[in-house]
Amino acid sequence: MSKRPYEKPVINKLRSGLMNKFGWSPAYARKVRTAIDGVSVDELCGQFGSPLFVYSERTARRTYRQMFNAFSTRYPNVVFGWSYKTNYLQAICALMHQEGAIAEVVSAMEYDKARLLGMPGEKIIFNGPHKPMAALEKAVSEGAVINVDNLDEIVDLETVAKKLNRTVHVGMRLNLDAGIYPQWSRFGFNLESGQALDAAKRIARGGRLKLNGLHCHIGTFIMDPQAYAREITKMVKFGYELREAFGFDMEFYDIGGGFPSKSRLKGVYLPPEVAIPGIDEFAEAITHAFSEALKPGDFPKLIIESGRALIDESGYLITSIVAAKRLADGTRAYVADGGVNLLFTAFWYKFNVELDREVGGINETSVIYGPLCMNIDAIDEGIQLPPLKRGTRLIFSPVGAYNNTQWLQFIEYRPNVVLVTEKGEVEIIREAEDITDITRRERLPKHLELKNGK
Amino acid sequence: MNRLSQLALSDEGFVFDPQTGDSFQVSETGIAVLRALKEGRSDEDIAQQLVAHFDVALEEARRDCTDFRSQLKNFGLA
Repeated sequence: MSKRPYEKPVINKLRSGLMNKFGWSPAYARKVRTAIDGVSVDELCGQFGSPLFVYSERTARRTYRQMFNAFSTRYPNVVFGWSYKTNYLQAICALMHQEGAIAEVVSAMEYDKARLLGMPGEKIIFNGPHKPMAALEKAVSEGAVINVDNLDEIVDLETVAKKLNRTVHVGMRLNLDAGIYPQWSRFGFNLESGQALDAAKRIARGGRLKLNGLHCHIGTFIMDPQAYAREITKMVKFGYELREAFGFDMEFYDIGGGFPSKSRLKGVYLPPEVAIPGIDEFAEAITHAFSEALKPGDFPKLIIESGRALIDESGYLITSIVAAKRLADGTRAYVADGGVNLLFTAFWYKFNVELDREVGGINETSVIYGPLCMNIDAIDEGIQLPPLKRGTRLIFSPVGAYNNTQWLQFIEYRPNVVLVTEKGEVEIIREAEDITDITRRERLPKHLELKNGK
Repeated sequence: MNRLSQLALSDEGFVFDPQTGDSFQVSETGIAVLRALKEGRSDEDIAQQLVAHFDVALEEARRDCTDFRSQLKNFGLA
């Protein structure tokens, strides 16, 4: 006699009057993913272990092309600057550069990374509030686009210009009221208060720098396309004021990034497919406002520094359940082999969670913890899951943005990162760490060396 | 008084507790375990029974019996 399929014994209390209007996430609503771009999850973990970051080259390239086409079909002079801080894995940066993006870096380290990858200086935009003197000098001499953040940096750049005995072209970073709350004001010069105009005066008076562009980044995960329209309108108006007052011609307007991906922010009621406008809506609002603000015959470069919207959906993290337990209040809890150490964005996203197999049984409200010995290491604290057994894999997405740059090396090794190529082949793009990665930079003074544990 | 013996169980997995008026939803294996507990059988016995009827290893069945007991305790049923 064949045995019946097993579902773990579960008992749930029925609560009338407290019904969730979306129901109990029935079996048909459970999400199962057995493969990523045609490569089975089993095969991926069998070969590269768990946890495992997996990127889809196909999705990354398709997303880039969709977004670039949305802008370039509406305005003739569009440049994308790939935001390194979003994901500076070499393979991801190279992929974006192959698609046509230049590099947008915000620190000396990122600048070095872009150069190491083979990007020439003139294809690098150098932003950020901390540009050490040596990095500035290097960037100037290599022809990078530098957006000035503060008055001290203006002085530093004048010093570099004097040393190199040449006029240096720079962009100016602005902050302004685009109707976004909270208004970002820590970067660049404020427009409305006249700070930006004063900085331009200072640049003109110094005589060694020439302003040729304006930059602004109004925030992150901006869900209102009209905010960008307000931003670019103000930027262009200011650009013409600078031309009038100082003869500075704006060759570029860089509107930063901050475009949302299809991630679900915690606390947002509607699913991302409904809550987040499509990229065409952003492109339409921005290019329409830009064209309206520009004088006839002017076609300065429109630079967009997108990161999250380009790569987030290409990334997955496969984790495995290593233990199931019940909390004191009866809540089902799982321990996964990857947590907030790998998914920094778990602090503000509610991820899409898929199982690697069909699992029967009644759903329970469950918590997914990571492997850290810290209470904050919870990836999801209210997910409806059927009873899962050890070894079941959970696939989190989208995780392509900010996780491989902000991940922590805290008590765990960081795992392999692989890319599923357009041909369906799997390439390691970052090897899993071992103990040598942790200790390589450490030095143990002679008198602290242990002998027989003492 | 054994609280479990008071529970009314249906074959479809509906459980009613006449003492509190609470109702519960139980999985198929949960019904089997609950019935066996009402009969006063030991966890080991129940695990063996699960193995005999369902596609599960003994170790997993034992573990799940322990977990099911803690669920019952949490609802004040054991």
